Parts: sequence; structure tokens; C-alpha cells
Amino acid sequence: MLNLLEHWVKGALLEVQEYVKLQIATVHGVFSRPFYFHDVVEQFDQIGIGSLTVVLLTGFFTGAVLALQSGITLDQFGARPFVGRLVSASMIKELGPVLTGLMLAGRIGSGIAAELGSMVVTEQINALRALGTDPVRKLVVPRVLAGFFMAPVLTVISDTVGILGGWIIAVYQLRVASSLYWTSITEALYLQDAWMGLIKPFFLGYAIVTIGCHVGLRTTGGTQGVGRATTNAVVAASVAVIAVDFFVTRLLFTLLY
Amino acid sequence: MATDTSRGAIDTTRDVPARKAERRSSHDRPAVVFDKVSLAFDEKVVLTEISFSLLPGHTKIILGASGSGKSTVLKLILGLLKPDGGQIWVNGVRADTMSEVALMKVRNHLGMVFQEGALFDSLTVAENVGYKLYEETDMPLDEVRRRVEEVLGFVRLSEYIDSMPSELSGGQRRRVAIARAMAFKPPTLLYDEATTGLDPITATTVDEEIMKLRDLENVSSIVVTHQLRDAFLIATHEAVRDGDGIQVVTADAKKCDEAEFIMLKDGLIAFEGNAAELRASTDPYIRKFLS
Repeated sequence: MLNLLEHWVKGALLEVQEYVKLQIATVHGVFSRPFYFHDVVEQFDQIGIGSLTVVLLTGFFTGAVLALQSGITLDQFGARPFVGRLVSASMIKELGPVLTGLMLAGRIGSGIAAELGSMVVTEQINALRALGTDPVRKLVVPRVLAGFFMAPVLTVISDTVGILGGWIIAVYQLRVASSLYWTSITEALYLQDAWMGLIKPFFLGYAIVTIGCHVGLRTTGGTQGVGRATTNAVVAASVAVIAVDFFVTRLLFTLLY
Repeated sequence: MATDTSRGAIDTTRDVPARKAERRSSHDRPAVVFDKVSLAFDEKVVLTEISFSLLPGHTKIILGASGSGKSTVLKLILGLLKPDGGQIWVNGVRADTMSEVALMKVRNHLGMVFQEGALFDSLTVAENVGYKLYEETDMPLDEVRRRVEEVLGFVRLSEYIDSMPSELSGGQRRRVAIARAMAFKPPTLLYDEATTGLDPITATTVDEEIMKLRDLENVSSIVVTHQLRDAFLIATHEAVRDGDGIQVVTADAKKCDEAEFIMLKDGLIAFEGNAAELRASTDPYIRKFLS
């Protein structure tokens, strides 16, 4: 039993050590040569444009259902006109970043882990190294940059379509005046809320992609290992999204409010 | 068990091969020197004080059962793995203590053909073959393209230049892998089970590419395999120019001596010698391996 615990602790510490080492190498790779610009552009396209559909759909339906649910609840207090305030505050401060993060964890985290994992088990990573290419610079740096910078952009898009979804429900289902919906949104929003909604996705995007890369590059055990790595990446990235969201929110409350 | 390490084995004194390697000119300096290299993964000992050297233009054929550490030797030479003990010299430079960044320069002298080819499946054949030249050098793109066409012509796959690896057969993928390894003209090529899983005819084609590179381009080779037929073919034949064409003929005694076998067993060198000596060995394990 003690051996099992010791083995588990050692394994966990090794994972943390390797994760930290990967992050150090990644940061070093961002600020030094060689820099694979073409791969960076490709990843911005794959992670950013490629995730647009899922983020648009998630954002839209989240905003719509939020308006629907909160409209019924607010009705009990005669506060139906304030539905816009609730939708915007929820979307911008919390749901937009977290749901976009979870969608990215599912789409990007799994994709990266599967791609890099396959490259590991088919020795393509070793082939890269043998050909004089640092896999961190070639594969990890472009993905991390894309995840870091595209997550906030996707979150803003998600927030926007979420508020639009809420507007459609508010106007056509709850019969709230359109002008009242938009006024309540602008009245309720503080600059700090916007900052919070904008800063959090940087951390979430970074966490999702670095976890995907770490898990992918440490894949062992053939195709079965790739499947395991993909699952692990999605689970770890999803949990990380929620956990990082909590800690960053706590930090931003201290700094901004 | 008879252990013959006399042929081509280096001095067992720790720093002597290293000093010799430094003194020699680049012409006769060993391309690769293993000096008492040991490696273990946790409890499993893979290599125990393995020593050998590879001279320029020569061939080492590493034989052994599955899991005997054959592929590990190649990974150690490339610096993909670090040994627990001993020294590894590549072209007169000690490689086992180098950082990953410094190793990139050492790898410029080494080409590797991986098991199953390890081609980049998202890139075309041309992009695979010219990968290093496209990504890691400043060579103009049209010049890279010319070199890619040249090496694909060498392995007789010119018509597949714009294909994806998934469209190729197993043998074609191995030949593309050989083309990729030779595209940047490394003086030493490492082949990891380059013919395993191929039918005899395709395997012979791959063997001929290995011989052509060795005999016509003076490339030093380390061939890891457990395919005895391919190993003996490479050791006892040579490629020669015949007018505009290339022929594979039986090698003379001197040429045969340039191809040495190493047999690994239980982390040790069980045999080291040429093809004739291997065939004549009376060691029970080797006899069983050869039968």
C-alpha cells in the first residue's frame, strides 16, 4: 500500500516537473530563434477559425437559454425587463470564458493530444529531432501562441452571440422591449467586468493548449496510448478550465474591484 | 559463450579512443565511437559497457533478438537517449554529454531511417524529403526542389513527389525515408529495421539503396536488423557503376571486411566480425540465430 502511494506520488511529481519544463522551454521558444512563423499562422487558423462554429453555437444557445430561464424567475419578482442585465453579466464575466474554455478543451485539447500522441508513437517526434528540429519550437510554441491569443477573441465572439441569443428570446418570447434589453445591458456592465471577461480567456487558452501538448508528448503505448492520452487531455483541460477560472477570478477580484 | 570483440573493437582504456579520435584527420577519424556505453531502464539492463567504432565508408550491421537493444544503440548515437555510463563520439565530437541544442549540430552529420519510415503524414513526399533543407537551412526553394527530385530519382520514386505518405506502399515509404535521410548529404546513415515487414523483393530494393549510398556516395552505415538475408546481402555485395546504370555485384574480400557484424545478447556484444566469421562461428546462440 505504502509502495503504491509512493509510486503514485513520484509519478505525479514527475508529471508536474515535466509540465513545468515544457512551459519553460515553450516560453524560451517564443522569445528565441528559430521561430516557425508559418506554423504559427497555420495554428491560428486551426485553433481560431476552426473553433468558430462550435463557439458560435455554444454561445448563442447559452445566451438564449439563460434569458429563457432567468426571464421566468425574474417574472416572479416583476423584474422581467432586467433580463438583459442578467444575461450580459453572466455571459461576459463567467459563462462566456468558461464555456468557450470547455469547448476549446474538447476540441483543441483532444486534437492536440491525439496529433502529438500519434507523432510520438509513430516516431515522428524522434524523426523531427533527428532532422535537427526542436519539437517544442515546431509543434508546441505555435499551438500555445494560437491558444493564448485566440481564446480571448473566441470568448468575445461567444459573449456577443450569447447576448444576441438572449435578445432574441427576450424580445420574441418574453416580450421585453428591444431598447430596454440593450439599455439594461449597458447600465449593468462595469469596465471591470469587461476586463475580467477579457483577461480570463488568456489563462484558460494557455492552460488548455499546454495541457494538450504535455499529455500528447508524453504518450506511450501505441494507438491505445493515443486514445488514453486524448481522454486524459480533455479531462485534465476541462478541470483546469474550472480551476483556473476560480483562481483567476479570485485574483482579479482583488486587483480590479 | 564465445565473445569475439577483437575486430574493430576499441581500446578499453576510457579516454584512449577519445584522444585517438581527436588526433586523427577527419578522413580516417571514426564516424562513430562507442566507448563502454551502458544503459538501463529502471531494473532492465539494455546495454552493458558496449564498445565499437565505425570507420568512414564502412558498415556495421547490428543483429540481435527483439529487445536486445539494437535500436537503442541508434538512438544513443543520435542523442535521443542519454547513456548511464561510457562515452559516445560522433565525428570526433563527444555527443553523450551535449545539450539538446548542441546536439542539433551533431545531427547534421547523421541521417536516420526509422522503423516504418516515420514520415510526416501531413506533408507530401517532397516536403518530407526536403524537410530539413526547407525548415533548417537557408537554401533557396528551387534548389531544395532540385535536390528533392535528385534524391527521389536515386531511390526511383520520382513520380511520387507530390503524393502523400498514406498513398505509398510500405516499401515505398521506407525508400522515401531513405531519401529524406540522405537529402542533406549526411556522411553517416543509421538504418533501424529498414526492411522489417517487407516482402523479399521490396526488401532487396531497400538493401540496394543502402549499398548504393555506401558504395557510390561513401556514406558510413549502421544497419540494425534481425533479417539475416538482408544483413548478409548488404555485407557481401556492393553497388558499382556500369555505364549509365548501377549494378549490384558480389563484393571482393576487402570490401567484405568493411562490413562488420555485431550481435547483441543480454546487453553484451556476443559477436563481432565479418560475414564469413559469423557464418563460421560455433557459438550455440549464434548458430541458433543463424539457423
